[in-house]
Amino acid sequence: MHGNVDVTAQAAKTSETPSGPLLEVRDLTVEFATRRGVVTAVSQVNLTLAKGETLGIVGESGSGKSVTSYTVMRILDRAGRIAEGSITFSGMDVAHAPESAMRDLRGREMSMIFQNPRAALNPIRTVGRQIGDVQLQHVQADARNVKEKVIDILKQVRIARPEERYQAYPFELSGGMCQRIVIALALACRPQLMIADEPTTGLDVTTQKAVMDLVTELTRERGMSTLLITHDLGLAAAYCDTVMVMEKGKVVETAPAERIFRDPQHPYTRKLMRATPRPGITLRDLLPEEPAVSAAPAQNPPPQSEARAQAASAPATKVLLQVENLVKEYPRQGAPSAFLSGLLGKKAPPEERIFRAVDDISFAVLKGESVGLVGESGCGKSTTSTIVMRLIDPTAGRISFAGEDISAIPAKDFAHHPMRRRIQMVFQDPTESLNPRYTAERAIADPLLRMGGFSGGAKLRARVADLAEMVGLPQNLLERFPHQLSGGQKARVGIARAIALDPDLVILDEPTAALDVSVQAVVLNLLEDLKQRLGMSYLFVSHDLHVVGLLCDRVIVMRAGRIVEEGSSQQVLDAPKDAYTRELIAAIPHPPV
Amino acid sequence: MLKLIGSRLATAVPSLIGVVIVTFMLTRVLPGDTAAYFAGPAATAESIAEIRTKLGLDKPLPVQFVDYVSALAKGDLGSSLSTGQPVAAEISARLPASAELTLAGLILALAIAVPFGIMAAVKQGSWVDHACRLITTAGVSLPVFFTGLLLVYVFYFKLGWAPAPLGRLDVFFSAPETVTGFYLIDSLIARDFETFRAALAQLAVPAITLAIFALAPIARMTRASMLSVLSSEFVRTARAAGLTDTTVIITYAFRNAMLPVVTTLGMVFSFLLGANVLVEKVFAWPGIGSYAVEALITSDYAPVQGFVLAMAILYVILNLLIDIAYGVIDPRARSEA
Repeated sequence: MHGNVDVTAQAAKTSETPSGPLLEVRDLTVEFATRRGVVTAVSQVNLTLAKGETLGIVGESGSGKSVTSYTVMRILDRAGRIAEGSITFSGMDVAHAPESAMRDLRGREMSMIFQNPRAALNPIRTVGRQIGDVQLQHVQADARNVKEKVIDILKQVRIARPEERYQAYPFELSGGMCQRIVIALALACRPQLMIADEPTTGLDVTTQKAVMDLVTELTRERGMSTLLITHDLGLAAAYCDTVMVMEKGKVVETAPAERIFRDPQHPYTRKLMRATPRPGITLRDLLPEEPAVSAAPAQNPPPQSEARAQAASAPATKVLLQVENLVKEYPRQGAPSAFLSGLLGKKAPPEERIFRAVDDISFAVLKGESVGLVGESGCGKSTTSTIVMRLIDPTAGRISFAGEDISAIPAKDFAHHPMRRRIQMVFQDPTESLNPRYTAERAIADPLLRMGGFSGGAKLRARVADLAEMVGLPQNLLERFPHQLSGGQKARVGIARAIALDPDLVILDEPTAALDVSVQAVVLNLLEDLKQRLGMSYLFVSHDLHVVGLLCDRVIVMRAGRIVEEGSSQQVLDAPKDAYTRELIAAIPHPPV
Repeated sequence: MLKLIGSRLATAVPSLIGVVIVTFMLTRVLPGDTAAYFAGPAATAESIAEIRTKLGLDKPLPVQFVDYVSALAKGDLGSSLSTGQPVAAEISARLPASAELTLAGLILALAIAVPFGIMAAVKQGSWVDHACRLITTAGVSLPVFFTGLLLVYVFYFKLGWAPAPLGRLDVFFSAPETVTGFYLIDSLIARDFETFRAALAQLAVPAITLAIFALAPIARMTRASMLSVLSSEFVRTARAAGLTDTTVIITYAFRNAMLPVVTTLGMVFSFLLGANVLVEKVFAWPGIGSYAVEALITSDYAPVQGFVLAMAILYVILNLLIDIAYGVIDPRARSEA
């Protein structure tokens, strides 16, 4: 095959019948036994994967894409079972194979890489030994040469200084490096099938590109087949031969990658396509085509491009937020505390003890303007927004808001300051940021009760109902608790809560990162409408340049605590000046249209 | 690692100083006049005053405290008034008896509870799981003096399997030469297997009594923490890599599940030292618990102070051992130090 001497019996068998597909799934139906009866997670799924082929399974949460892949490896949890259909992997009946045969197959013939790489690794075992465990299990190495073989595979996944990393624990490695370890684990033997389940969710775009390029290169080199499970159409388009779109447990469309983007057949595929942020479109383009919108655009709020033009043509009169020479320093982790080193009479040089999260940055947000703050994790964008929100104190610098110096007010007093009303925040995780014991109505009423001078009664109810209507939350959902609401509905509650006090500035901290693309499209449009209607300013914190470009007038790109580029969205996205910005833009995968 | 041990020991010093102060104060505010108690019911006011002067109790409290601390610094814990023996000697003679009993109970409990908890978690909802729940519920709800008496009734009185519950060793045997103070170990060192057998027979029933009490929290914690680890993502990764069930359960899941179990172990050990007082009474065990209770009843300051101090030092050592165990198991705990 590929010059490999120790081909296993299984692999030898398949090479005798090279014509047949490696993996064939026929009419697969998977059911889960839950407290409320049997739930069908996947129904009547068919898929065929040839040797060396890459198939992308694309769908939003609840589409059954992960369940399908877990079923192929038979690692569903106890409650799940194959109700119907067959899975054939290189001639073997996976659905009915004994567990011992499946265990031999897993890791040796088919392997999986997971999302959230840090959690996917045993936290208290060195990564070298974890990889070694798999090689020893499948007799790819013995006790004498296992270390050598592990270091060899670490080299293949481009881990720098592999001898040293062999001894490392997952918590000592970065997210991108952990994902390389997970890939090494999956490639520890010479599997024929690799299942990648959202392998880059939660990683920065540049890390995502590096990881995906590595996976592609290694699988191609070994002639492996790949199942790529993702919610990101752009990613599927960039890396797959064939794309299969799933919705609610069913396959709606399967087609070669370039055709599915050029000529999507199914309405759901079209909806997903439209909702995926890509260059050269406006916010409205993300929404499904609706005859009403296209027929009578004049009656709707002004299209975004027009609004932008207005904002651009209007003289930049009023500065709402002015940040000058902002610095935030933290003691470096692992460094001895000041107290202890003072006690021992030792003083480390400042650059060793102190980490500058935000390093002397200045920017302004005008009234009615939305500004995007973009960068990879650790670039200081969240620290900056938290300081502007006055939740933490800056080390140095000045923040003036509506003419008043708010950096002089200590963070612990700001919660009771009248200024607090005028700066509000929408958080990243719509679930985590809502009190699980508050109904939607109570959550929205919270700021009104605390700072709005309301004290309950009909007036409060009317105001909450108003806000719910503004964010498009149906009135009958106000009685519900967060766990009874969908992700999009929870996001709306979070937004309604943020705008309840008519703030001048809303800080949006990756408000759509946890949402499906179609929901993201709706929420982004809602935010734009609200801005037009209420005249607020946005400070939009995100790692996704495309999303930022759609919503924001201006973009600030940060790296390592500093601003590397600042300019209008169009200018930054279309003609980036800084090399780092160009790298960021190039790393974003997008459909080939 | 050495840094961790050093820093933990350093943080223990203030609490030990606190223990010295608090026990001193507490024994002084306890009701009852020591001098009057020891002078006897027929004593005159002069003889009581004489005893008080002899004991130094007529001095002001700060002076008494300075006397106590300076004696303590020399390793002198004072003498018991009721027995006339130095407290340090009595405690060092009695502490091994309590420690042997407690450790035996704890090791027995661990040997049963940990495999049981693992099985209950792995086969969730099976008969093992239900048996685990039943036994742990029984274990926590039965008080030790009751299980102790019940076991004595069944194994000594009814079946005659166990020797009379009268101390550490049958009267026909002499204690082995003291090396560690643990009869089981000392008799083995002396190669006196008859004594070993006799000591083991005496120890068995009280140790089982303590083990039944200690079993419940350990088994429950093992089961709960195994369940959460088994549903974690890295266990799924290990399964997806085709590792055997044994490797997944022991090497991947159990080592991670041990962290909360170790914490529970420390708590259980301190509960057991408390529960000991009752068990020692039931089995006439010459331990430190019964010694302290008798001293407390007679307002005998020195043994009570000595007991509390010994316990405090024991807890400090115990917590240090737990911290070290944490460091051994979890590399993240090591790096935080």
